Amino acid sequence: MAKQYEAGVKEYREKYWTPDYVPLDTDLLACFKCTGQPGVPREEVAAAVAAESSTGTWSTVWSELLTDLEYYKGRAYRIEDVPGDSESFYAFIAYPIDLFEEGSIVNVLTSLVGNVFGFKALKHLRLEDIRFPIAYIKTCGGPPAGIQVERDRLNKYGRPMLGATIKPKLGLSAKNYGRAVYECLRGGLDLTKDDENVNSQPFMRWRDRFEFVAMAIDKAERETGERKGHYLNVTAATPEDMYERAEFAKEVGCPIIMHDFLTGGFTANTGLANWCRKNGMLLHIHRAMHAVIDRHPKHGIHFRVLAKCLRLSGGDHLHTGTVVGKLEGDRNSTLGFVDQLRESFVPEDRARGVFFDQDWGSLPGVFAVASGGIHVWHMPALVTIFGDDSVLQFGGGTQGHPWGNAAGAAANRVALEASVKARNEGRQIEKEGKDILMEAARHSPELAIAMETWKEIKFEFETVDKLDVG
Amino acid sequence: MAQQTTGDYQTLNTLETFGFLPKLTQDEIYAQINYIIAQGWTPAIEHEHPSRAFDHYWTMWKLPFFGETNLNNVVEELDACRRSYPDHHIRLTGYDNYTQGQGSCFVVYEAR
Repeated sequence: MAKQYEAGVKEYREKYWTPDYVPLDTDLLACFKCTGQPGVPREEVAAAVAAESSTGTWSTVWSELLTDLEYYKGRAYRIEDVPGDSESFYAFIAYPIDLFEEGSIVNVLTSLVGNVFGFKALKHLRLEDIRFPIAYIKTCGGPPAGIQVERDRLNKYGRPMLGATIKPKLGLSAKNYGRAVYECLRGGLDLTKDDENVNSQPFMRWRDRFEFVAMAIDKAERETGERKGHYLNVTAATPEDMYERAEFAKEVGCPIIMHDFLTGGFTANTGLANWCRKNGMLLHIHRAMHAVIDRHPKHGIHFRVLAKCLRLSGGDHLHTGTVVGKLEGDRNSTLGFVDQLRESFVPEDRARGVFFDQDWGSLPGVFAVASGGIHVWHMPALVTIFGDDSVLQFGGGTQGHPWGNAAGAAANRVALEASVKARNEGRQIEKEGKDILMEAARHSPELAIAMETWKEIKFEFETVDKLDVG
Repeated sequence: MAQQTTGDYQTLNTLETFGFLPKLTQDEIYAQINYIIAQGWTPAIEHEHPSRAFDHYWTMWKLPFFGETNLNNVVEELDACRRSYPDHHIRLTGYDNYTQGQGSCFVVYEAR
């Protein structure tokens, strides 16, 4: 029998709190960390989040009766304590797949982290994790190339790749900039990178930079016999500018371009990833602005969600922090989202902050990029933490070498290869790191002086965003 | 420390992974072969003249050694390849059929 319309305001939990609901394989699941205003029951808060991020609004409306809300509504189906925190709790919400446009991360985020984050009944709200159903994943393009194809194109096997961001990050002329690139690449790096701030400023317009960098890559490849690349940053004010730069990067023969996915936005990112797939280009993704969104432990979006969104939107590399360097990053939490970038299936693992099983199907993997305040002494730890499918980027740790970029690059390459070789021999490289580097330095004066230069530099501060453990 | 290189800083012509380490000793080569076998990868040998070393494809020495778990057999094949092509670089690959890629690849012997 058809329902009757009753105007008025109902409590959200009457409709949106459904503890008996068993989520479907096709549902998109989300875990929010909720901190309600004092006096609001948990079920009401959870139901409000479910409602406001799906079909609900504050008042009953007559036009609800023209559709089947039971089919479309999001449902809060579970509430859990946050270990060691009596103020907040986890709310688990299931969304029917038909709430979202196919292949649109923009649409998913607009719903899940839209108006609901400003909702007055909430003090804080944080999106901790999303389980994307495989049916939705199959509608997303994902990485333009993926780990395996990139390895094959660049001929890099059995080890992490080695990179550096060119410094100083602002102010070099295009020709001098190309010189710094060439020195790094000829010295032993695989890849160099535009700093994220480098777009097309008056001191160095993008076209000039692209041309000189292409010459640097070409010469370094001829002289070393190895394949090289430089991430040309095509992040721009408009999509039209972005594509123009991407086309030119392809024209000059550079294998890889770069984009900032948060400041540029997911629409730009997904479009550029599609362009890269069509044009045989690799795509490096930087994450400027992420800490604004992900650092507060009770509000915002956890980076593991942003990382998952990026893998779906498309990118072949993504910055993940270093754990050991100058930037924030808890080890277990980092390993948790690094898995999300690279594996085809990631099981629920609360010790790593992973709230759901995640099946990635046939979506290619994304290289984890460790960059920021790292140097040769960190190498054994980095190889252990990040494994082979990573890019280790030493900016200051290459170009700050007393003998220059090429020697700095060689020092890093020797340290990397010595660590990989020792690992393959079955040694505990994190524990024996010092011995392994000292042995390697006997054959490499470049490494010896690098170890001397950076021996006292450590970045040991408490992590602000810790995993929730009791 | 003063720069210990003579003259300017020379570019090295290297051959990708392990190209920056001193020449591997026999025991070190055995350890890397054992690593490939222990990962469940398929060892394979390729060789090429240095003038064509930048090509993606090098010539295969026989087929990849599917199911091979004996270090000595791989070493014998490497030596046989080296006797036949002393003026070629010889590299060892560990094919990983799970990732459908190469888990490892490094030059074992450089051309004489």
